[in-house]
Amino acid sequence: MSDVNELDSGMFGVKGTGDTSGYGGLVRSAVRPGSSERPYGSYFDEVADELERAYPLFSDAVERVVVDRGELTLHIKRERLVEVARILRDTPSLRFEYCLGVSGVHYPDEKGRELHAIYPLLSMTNNRRIRLEVSAPDSDPHIPSLVEVWAGNSWNERETYDMFGIIFDGHPALTRILMPDDWPGHPQRKDYPLGGIEVEYKGAVIPPPDQRRSYR
Amino acid sequence: MSTFNATYDPYASSRETTEGTVYSVTGGDWDQIATEIGESKEERVVVNMGPQHPSTHGVLRLMLELEGETVTECRCGIGYLHTGIEKNCEFRTWTQGVTFVTRMDYLAPIFNETAYCLGVEKLLGVTEDIPERATVIRVMMMEFNRISSHMVALGTGALELGALSPMLFAFREREKVLDIFEAISGLRMNMAYVRPGGVAQDLPQGSLTKIRETVAELRKNFKDNEKLLIGNSIWVKRTKDVGYLDLAGCTTLGVTGPVLRATGLPWDLRKTQPYCGYENYEFDVVTANSGDSYGRFLIRMGELEQSLRIIEQCVTRLEKLEGAPVMVADKKIAWPAQLALGGDGLGNSLEHIRNIMGESMEALIHHFKLVTEGFRVPAGQVYTAVESPRGELGVHLVSDGGTRPYRVHFREPSFNNLQSTSAMVEGGQVADVVAAVASIDPVMGGVDR
Repeated sequence: MSDVNELDSGMFGVKGTGDTSGYGGLVRSAVRPGSSERPYGSYFDEVADELERAYPLFSDAVERVVVDRGELTLHIKRERLVEVARILRDTPSLRFEYCLGVSGVHYPDEKGRELHAIYPLLSMTNNRRIRLEVSAPDSDPHIPSLVEVWAGNSWNERETYDMFGIIFDGHPALTRILMPDDWPGHPQRKDYPLGGIEVEYKGAVIPPPDQRRSYR
Repeated sequence: MSTFNATYDPYASSRETTEGTVYSVTGGDWDQIATEIGESKEERVVVNMGPQHPSTHGVLRLMLELEGETVTECRCGIGYLHTGIEKNCEFRTWTQGVTFVTRMDYLAPIFNETAYCLGVEKLLGVTEDIPERATVIRVMMMEFNRISSHMVALGTGALELGALSPMLFAFREREKVLDIFEAISGLRMNMAYVRPGGVAQDLPQGSLTKIRETVAELRKNFKDNEKLLIGNSIWVKRTKDVGYLDLAGCTTLGVTGPVLRATGLPWDLRKTQPYCGYENYEFDVVTANSGDSYGRFLIRMGELEQSLRIIEQCVTRLEKLEGAPVMVADKKIAWPAQLALGGDGLGNSLEHIRNIMGESMEALIHHFKLVTEGFRVPAGQVYTAVESPRGELGVHLVSDGGTRPYRVHFREPSFNNLQSTSAMVEGGQVADVVAAVASIDPVMGGVDR
């Protein structure tokens, strides 16, 4: 099973008249790795088994399992995130005592799951790494905070809120951290308007980077 | 109560607000202000330290709540150096991304580049195809970079506590390392030397001899700083039992690097999850058991020698690999040109110019396509981590199958480690704040990105 991420056509990938060559016959689809079937390989089966044993609601909480490029990603329902995180941390055979922050990704084309939060986990006890991925729709950008499980995620969640507008429910003080407090918008979202460069030459202005003619 | 006339001193003034009296001091003589605060009945004082303060390591802002000399609460304000590098990367090719990420943690540029390139290579699936010579050069450059970064940490750390001489010696050694960087990459900082697929260019003639000489010199000179600081009673008093953070604290707050190793846990990614062939080098992980600033200082001192050991092993290997390629063989990824020193400075090698301009139209098209358009990276995401001088430097890369990254995120050790400032300094003396922050060694370029 695979996801078609987006469909591009045209030589330069620019909509409208960007293609000056007259040749627009190229069609390319970007396919993201889809769900994996067992066996996952490496220590991933063991992690999945242990989590299943320790967490009866496994099949309900884990939307899908992706093994790609030697890395395991567990897609978790946002309502179940804190429970799963706590079990991953506390179960002796799992013991993911480190959460290495949270990274947001904005997929405007994925309707209903536009905002993703990705948590890389590290177990020093077992020397293993896995990754949790949680999604939320743009219309309801709420994901439960993991600060009560890993206190060190506080600044990382503030950063992801600042950059993507994901609201981490239960965070003790969810405020902007990198941008000024009164900044409008969330800069790393794909729909954030970019500034052009006000250099005019014979009426031409350099457009913002996402509107320039470019390869994609 | 204000008897002090602010209009006569542009550097120190006070004004009344609803929250109490606010004093602004920036430079010059603070005696009058200090006296005035001393006479005030209020015990609780909120001090805003930074962002422009010589001992906050760049533009870090600390908000300290004091009861007398004791810090009761500490909060960090960051973001003053936010430059949107992660966002910028989304509008440049994968190779150009190197030039951006090298500027994040500006004291450890090679680590940023290597972590990023390892991620890109993992996405491309060419990790196994990177030539050995390129990997050994990367390791050597990283270890040199670890030395130069630790030198700044030690030098400025000592300077902030009032010890001036160690800084002079530390920067003298750092300069020697930067000379090596300059000889190899052409730049002292922000080199963009490590590229997806290998390194930008091979070592110049005679560099191994120069590296050998420098290693010997550094080893001899490191002793100066050791003599100045290790066991120095003032230094020990200022740093011992200061900024304490135990293993549980590190785990909870996601702290890695020397701060974690100072609690006695020998967690070093070079040993535990080796990358770039670190499993083939002989070196020790330096630890301490004190969990305080002094322990972290001893770890950095110890790591200098370990880095020199690794560099020596790299030099031996590089001698055997003389003439081997430094860029991946796959022509669809490898940067088409090699740099060479010509009559008018560094540029594309004449041989390459002759080939694309005079001999092969296809080579010219190939060069043009790869340089302007770049290579496509199959869709997916990866997380790669390296042990930077400050801890785990992780890179989360997402590709949508295009020629530009869909998302670049750096898990900066400075960012996470800085979060532990409150845990380290609350309950301690205000003078120890400086020692604690210096022992974390945050680089604001990395914190704010």
